Amino acid sequence: MTEAYIVGAFEHPTRKAETKSTAQLHAEVAYGALQDAGLTVDDIDGYMCAGDAPGMGPLSMVEYMNLRKLRYVDSTDTGGSSYVIHVGHAADMIKQGKANVILITLAGRPRAEGMQTGTAVRSAGSGVPDEPFELPYGRTIATMHAMVAQRHMYEYGTTSEQLAWVKVAASTHAQYNPHAMLPKVVTVEDVVNSPMIADPLHRLDCCVISDGGGAIIVAREEIARKLKRPLVKVRGYGEHVKHQMAGQVDLTYSASVLSGKTAFGMAGVKPSDIKYASIYDSFTISVIVQLEDLGFCEKGQGGRFVADGNLISGVGKLPFNTDGGGLCNNHPSNRGGMTKVIEAVRQARGEAHPAVQVKNHDLVLANGKGGSLCTRHGCGTVILEAV
Amino acid sequence: MPTPAFNRIPAPPNEDPDNKPFFDAAREGKLLIGLCKDTGKHFFYPRGASPYTLSSNVEFVESKGEGVIYSWSVQRGKEPYCLAYVTLSEGVTIMTNIVDTDLDEVKIGQKVKVVFKPTNGGAPMPMFVPA
Repeated sequence: MTEAYIVGAFEHPTRKAETKSTAQLHAEVAYGALQDAGLTVDDIDGYMCAGDAPGMGPLSMVEYMNLRKLRYVDSTDTGGSSYVIHVGHAADMIKQGKANVILITLAGRPRAEGMQTGTAVRSAGSGVPDEPFELPYGRTIATMHAMVAQRHMYEYGTTSEQLAWVKVAASTHAQYNPHAMLPKVVTVEDVVNSPMIADPLHRLDCCVISDGGGAIIVAREEIARKLKRPLVKVRGYGEHVKHQMAGQVDLTYSASVLSGKTAFGMAGVKPSDIKYASIYDSFTISVIVQLEDLGFCEKGQGGRFVADGNLISGVGKLPFNTDGGGLCNNHPSNRGGMTKVIEAVRQARGEAHPAVQVKNHDLVLANGKGGSLCTRHGCGTVILEAV
Repeated sequence: MPTPAFNRIPAPPNEDPDNKPFFDAAREGKLLIGLCKDTGKHFFYPRGASPYTLSSNVEFVESKGEGVIYSWSVQRGKEPYCLAYVTLSEGVTIMTNIVDTDLDEVKIGQKVKVVFKPTNGGAPMPMFVPA
């Protein structure tokens, strides 16, 4: 059976797209990924996108980009983790011979549109069964993540200073990224002294709101080997969805417990084998919970694990989000999974910024979380190998 | 300095045939939760299909309206308010607001009891105050 490789990756350099449409951004990142891979639009026979793509599922974007040879489409939407899950779906389809070259795109412009992302009450549409029991209470992305942090502090003694170390590490990396929205290095004091948004999360515990997008191309091994780019094999992947479990709410763990277990099992490796990790960083607490759930540390020890620069490349044990992550670089369309995969690909190729590139990059991981951490959300994990 | 809960009048819940008994009861000051009659287990939010078996052999039963705060957060700004999860004595945890109290004093594990607060033109919503 053939294997699946990531052959193209592209992150749009814009962070504010006032003069471009969302569809246009999708096409631009697709073109960027094709250029990166050394492929053309006629090579694409599979396409994936999620809810950020305008139109019905993949249909409008397929037409806009005039993709004519598709044998496979997928518009699985688990929010920001969709694109991590797409990589796994793409690998499955390639292994089954259902497609040879699969394009995955993400794009959006919440910043240009002046969207209040994290602190506004947002409906997902009509007939959503949970919303009558939640929206009148002022449910927001910020407060939902904050309740996870609050419970983590209560159960495990996690501190605001420990949360802040996640942002400090991201900002330390972002200073080397010329496209980063927030390239300034910050301190623990800067984070804990920034305004309180939703107790216990401060402004600097929250990710940026940015425009842009990214694209990934997954291809079968025979094609990957003919291209001129470093080989990045998709070694393992998993996905899982968790929710409020009919009232048995548990804010201490995420769906990454199972998505990670599946991915590690498939790859036949363990967390200590991973040299670099892209971890979904909508908020600092998101990173701590996922690190625990993926097995990089014991449950409850995430705060201690991230402290003192342990996530900083060249300093700590587990370099993370070396592009600056969603906290400092980019969170296009309020969906950070695509950029997680892209930076993991850069690391696996040895093409991250020299100041943050990990020396041994044989095995890297990208983890995505979409929806509300630990309640209604979906996680995807991919493990990539530099061949 | 204390942070009094801002007296929000939220947009009303969308009522549909599935959740109508819950909001009809809310208008009478009663908090309903789901009961799966196949398994004897409570569930929340109430719905017409059992989340344990998917059968429609369910009923909505009245909760005592007593619980403890499982987690909380105050969204700051001009109109601070407290979103919370409260674990009811029947064993289900529900999303709500903590109201009519100093929001700086809200704590995990705190005992609370239900009150009903108006929405803008719709059914009132169950919220909680210190017991």
